[in-house]
Amino acid sequence: MSDLKVLIVDDEPGIRSGISRILRNYRVGYPFLEEDFGFTLTEAETGEIALEILEKQEIDIVLLDNKLPGMEGIDVLEQINKRNYDTAVMMITSYASLELAVTATKRGAYNFVPKPFTPEELRGAIESITKHLFLKRMTKKMSETARQIRFQFLSVLSHELKSPINAIEGYLKIMQEKQAGTSIDDYMHMINRSIERITGMRSLIMDMLDLTRIENGTKSRNLKEVDIIECTKMAISSMEPMAIQKNIKILTAFPESLILTADSNEVEIICNNLISNAIKYNRDNGTVTVSIFTDKTNLNIIVEDTGIGINAEEQEFLFQEFMRIKNKKTQNISGSGLGLSIVKKIIELYNGTITVESQPDVGTKFIVKIPFKAQPA
Amino acid sequence: MNSKKTILIVDDDIDFRNQIKFYCEKFGYETITANGEIEAIEVIKTKKPDLAIIDLMMEKDDSGFILSYKIKQKYPDVPVIIATAVTSETGLIFGVESHEEQQWIKADLIMEKGVRPDQLQREIKRLLKE
Ligand SMILES: Nc1ncnc2c1ncn2[C@@H]1O[C@H](COP(=O)(O)OP(=O)(O)OP(=O)(O)O)[C@@H](O)[C@H]1O
Ligand SMILES: [Mg+2]
Repeated sequence: MSDLKVLIVDDEPGIRSGISRILRNYRVGYPFLEEDFGFTLTEAETGEIALEILEKQEIDIVLLDNKLPGMEGIDVLEQINKRNYDTAVMMITSYASLELAVTATKRGAYNFVPKPFTPEELRGAIESITKHLFLKRMTKKMSETARQIRFQFLSVLSHELKSPINAIEGYLKIMQEKQAGTSIDDYMHMINRSIERITGMRSLIMDMLDLTRIENGTKSRNLKEVDIIECTKMAISSMEPMAIQKNIKILTAFPESLILTADSNEVEIICNNLISNAIKYNRDNGTVTVSIFTDKTNLNIIVEDTGIGINAEEQEFLFQEFMRIKNKKTQNISGSGLGLSIVKKIIELYNGTITVESQPDVGTKFIVKIPFKAQPA
Repeated sequence: MNSKKTILIVDDDIDFRNQIKFYCEKFGYETITANGEIEAIEVIKTKKPDLAIIDLMMEKDDSGFILSYKIKQKYPDVPVIIATAVTSETGLIFGVESHEEQQWIKADLIMEKGVRPDQLQREIKRLLKE
């Protein structure tokens, strides 16, 4: 028998013990499964306590009353979703608040049982949530296939491509109808914004090309002896105009040359992205430092800036596709959120790693380590 | 006293924000803008707009829904328009079809981005009962 852990969250001791009694010896079985599911019960009298328990233990099912003394059930539910626990939540609500139940299911509760309920109703609800949980875990295992990920990727991509087109079209219509007056100067801002969006779109398309190239795999890679320093210098010089605009100094610390087996294109993509970020997310008059050196086992490429930084929470998601940090400091900086995910993919081709150290408003440091020995010959 | 009505515009796309602001001001309304759910929630703490136009996908895929819910919770009488670039053709589907779903989200209107300005004006007037 496998055990599912059930957390009962209700401030009334009577209800908690009632539910415990009903579920203690209850079993849910699947015809094609040898084992039944049984239930181990944990109780919490407030939402706060429930969240503490969820933080420490793996709970499979939460039975959640909405009316709680401190935070309400619906807020507990929101926290559970935010923290991404692999838990199914069933709300317990009175008939009167059906609307709340709908809200709850929208917010990720699996279902709700109206209060008061009979033992039969509770068991029925538990049976269906158990089956749901089981199926969800099974399909999750199975559906993480490349195809689905691909589909999701393309969906987000088309959204990202549509936004700039909508924006530019919007401005063009305002201009076409001379909505803001007859002098072209009145439209300068709109023209500049349109050009900005086109630039962003172009860089998205370039990123896409890089991604496809990586995904096409090793057959189109061109691994040979290249001078890493030379590739880096190419990247720096192509970023120079961007740096000058913000009066940013690019400092370098590397040997005259460093010959390793690599694809020069890939090295350039890595440097381009890291340096362009270090400029983009820097302050005016800041500096970017690019250091390259080898130690016993690794090639190290370190790009450091004096910019806006990234807080610890956000660092975690940085390398995901289309991940962009949205806040006041970044809202006028355009980008597609693909750069770092591409960089990471390339580095993985070399069995290397990329890590980040950062402090908000002080600066950010990206550290790339690529092992020599593991290098493909 | 200022008799102009105020429209809250929430979008993480600065250009969409600019354009909606441009039109709303042309239609004769005051505007307040916010770049996402978090900023908008700050705004509504102290200000009550007469109407809100909000984007669907902001910090999260469904920020617009959550924000709509929160605005309605605080100001049940403020009409909310959700504008979205997400349509079935992009593969991301947020069908808000059933009555149940509408009840929850409570937005008064869900419209596609790229709607014509005269339509927008008509909808705003209708929702403001002008
Ligand atoms: N050096 C940095 N300092 C501060 N934030 C950074 C830095 N580098 C990246 N970020 C944050 O990480 C996010 C993801 O970076 P990434 O390079 O993947 O995308 P992007 O720069 O937004 O777009 P692009 O695909 O055009 O590079 C950025 O949006 C930014 O918020
Ligand atoms: Mg970038």
